[in-house]
Amino acid sequence: MQGWIDSLIRGWGQDPASWPWTQMIYLAFMGAAAFVVINFAAITAGIFSWAERRVAARMQSRVGPNRVGPFGFLQWVADAVKLLTKEDLVPAEADQFLFRIAPYFMMVGFCCVFVTLPFSHSLIVADMNIGIFFILAVTALIVVGIIMSGWSSNSKWSLFGAIRSAAQIISYEIPAGMALMIPVLLAGTLSTQGIIRAQGGWPWQWFVFDNPAAFVAFFIYFISALAEGNRTPFDLPEAESELVSGYNTEYSGMRFSYFFLVEWGNMWVMSALAATMFLGGWQIPGVSAAQLDAMTGGKAVVFELLSLGIFVFKTLFWVFVVMWLRWTLPRIRVDQMMNMCWKYLVPASFAGVIFVAGWMLLVHALPKVGTATHWILFLGAGVVPATLFVARVARNLRDTGDRFDFTSNW
Amino acid sequence: MTEARRAPESPTMEMTSNKEILRRIEYTGDMLLNMGPQHPSTHGVINFLVQTDGEVMKRAIPEVGYLHRSIEKIGEKCTYNGFMPYTDRVDYIAAMFANQGWAMVVERLIGAEVPKRAEYCRVIACELNRISSHLISVGTMAMDVGAVTPFPYALREREFINDLLEELCGARLTYNYLRIGGVAFDLPEGYGEKVITFLDHFEKILVEFGRLITYNEIFVQRLAGLAPIPREMAIDYCLVGPNLRASGVNFDVRKDEPYSIYPELQFDVPVGHGQMGALGDAWDRFWIRTEEMKQSCRILRQCIAQIPKGEVMGKVPRKIKPPEGVEAYSRIESARGDMQYYAVSGGTENAYRVKVRTGSFTAMGIIDALSRGLMIADLVALIASLDVVAPEIDR
Repeated sequence: MQGWIDSLIRGWGQDPASWPWTQMIYLAFMGAAAFVVINFAAITAGIFSWAERRVAARMQSRVGPNRVGPFGFLQWVADAVKLLTKEDLVPAEADQFLFRIAPYFMMVGFCCVFVTLPFSHSLIVADMNIGIFFILAVTALIVVGIIMSGWSSNSKWSLFGAIRSAAQIISYEIPAGMALMIPVLLAGTLSTQGIIRAQGGWPWQWFVFDNPAAFVAFFIYFISALAEGNRTPFDLPEAESELVSGYNTEYSGMRFSYFFLVEWGNMWVMSALAATMFLGGWQIPGVSAAQLDAMTGGKAVVFELLSLGIFVFKTLFWVFVVMWLRWTLPRIRVDQMMNMCWKYLVPASFAGVIFVAGWMLLVHALPKVGTATHWILFLGAGVVPATLFVARVARNLRDTGDRFDFTSNW
Repeated sequence: MTEARRAPESPTMEMTSNKEILRRIEYTGDMLLNMGPQHPSTHGVINFLVQTDGEVMKRAIPEVGYLHRSIEKIGEKCTYNGFMPYTDRVDYIAAMFANQGWAMVVERLIGAEVPKRAEYCRVIACELNRISSHLISVGTMAMDVGAVTPFPYALREREFINDLLEELCGARLTYNYLRIGGVAFDLPEGYGEKVITFLDHFEKILVEFGRLITYNEIFVQRLAGLAPIPREMAIDYCLVGPNLRASGVNFDVRKDEPYSIYPELQFDVPVGHGQMGALGDAWDRFWIRTEEMKQSCRILRQCIAQIPKGEVMGKVPRKIKPPEGVEAYSRIESARGDMQYYAVSGGTENAYRVKVRTGSFTAMGIIDALSRGLMIADLVALIASLDVVAPEIDR
């Protein structure tokens, strides 16, 4: 964004390097960007809260929210108003300061991610050259907030939830980070835009189908992201059947809503990151990034919106998958969660990084092997399982149906 | 409480009060976790005193009695017919069985005959209720393990059964359908076809339910080998019903002490054989309930096909007044296992003594022994797998 502001200042006939107001202009644009990002995060989280309830209702033969607005779409606004006007209760025995401050840590850790998260070809707050590293660093703030909330609540259930969460998030950051290193290796950059530019628009040009290790790394990343986002089957920190509500048991009102804002907003973060790192991000099939750069005028706007649409579609697809998993799977146990991380995901992700390093040498020597692998993986690991899955779902639907109305004329 | 008024502690006493256990836990420096009476997954108002120093529990002690309503005493204060609605409250998830137990014990007191059609009506109602009770059991168990969707799936099917039972007796939960000497209402017009329609649909849903949760890998991993109850232990702790059969003991009151028309019906008694982990583990207890639902479907189909025409109320005196000192005992296979009623006549219109013996209460006894070394998440699954219902524990 800095380059864009600089060109704006140059357009006003000033030299950004020597003009005294440059820093102020930067600050103003940063403030505006922060405002937009926080609102985007909050509104996305709100809409996801509605979407999740509708999806869950559909999966569970229920109706879901349908009173406020069309299809109950404004339910999240009503919920926000309700939560904001509720009493912000702090338990008498709680550590007042930590209890009050904990949700803000989570909010900060969550909103900072949006700084380097791309939305389209040129829509990104700051394309930092340490983008992925920054994202991994700031998400760690969330666990600080969770531990603070759990400890300061002075409730045994909250403490259990917080300790579980600390163990879980810190453990799963390792495989998540190592899995993300594979696209970084392939692209040769930590910048999120740079990683998207290194991929192509067509599925067989994505990093997920680049080599076997990258394919595995995508799933390692996805599983770890589920665990970091406290989503089923890793929702142990807030397992309501075991820990009442986990680390946020004692919270109410606005502070409570922060926790859930972060949880639902995290679905966007994990899915957008998956789309960025493995699934070609905003790349338009058939149009290369260089061609997009060269476009001007109305054509540029149209293709910019197209790239935004593609990115949002990929992200929302994975958001839906996350919801789908949540309403299908049971929860795993603490020891199984730890086993899975340390015995399987961590070694696999390390092995993957080493494999990819060697693979790159091989492909460098024999470029045809790389192209062949793209196609084999795309067809063998992408198209065939997807077709089988759709066929299986169709068969299940044919067997039992999904709408039961035989009692309507009883 | 002052020091002087406290009951003297005797070191030789085997049984210790919960208060004493609390004191001891605090002395060891472990954390005492009160799981309940208001906890999402204790299945009613039960408290578990959990001694733990982390995720692994050292011990969980069930504390019952929060839902005691003196049902047995009420039974001694009402007339024999008047107690029937109260029996619904013994186990409100499977109220039909409590009805049947009481009807049978009073029929034995006065030696009443029940018409054949009434027996068929009873079995139809009871088996429908067994399915609905097991649906609640497997649904809540899946929910306690963290899968939310099987629960509404199960409840959706249960609603269809509730519709059927509502049509039969006007109530959806506390039926009060059985009468001493028969049943309150005959089957409505076209009832058999409706039951068959439901069963055709439900048998497919059971397959889907298996795909959704029973054979789900995470679910099996969570429950296989969890808290296995060996054959001898199950008998020693007096487990009954599905919990007992999951441990490989082939005992079903419907087969071994046949009552009503069960000898005329063809059905199997599913027995756990530890196919996923150890014999009698939590997964076996889950699976045995899904299998029993299939058997109930079989029984229902036979009943609908075989039901004879005739009266639904036998000849029973208006005032039930058995001679003094007559005792009777009935034993039925409830959804939660062997349910037993014992009544002594006082020579008046009221019973002198009523005793109800239920499966959930005996199941609570084994939790302490099984809980040692389990994790907190497992305790929740263990409670759910035993299918305890708070009102049935305390009565």
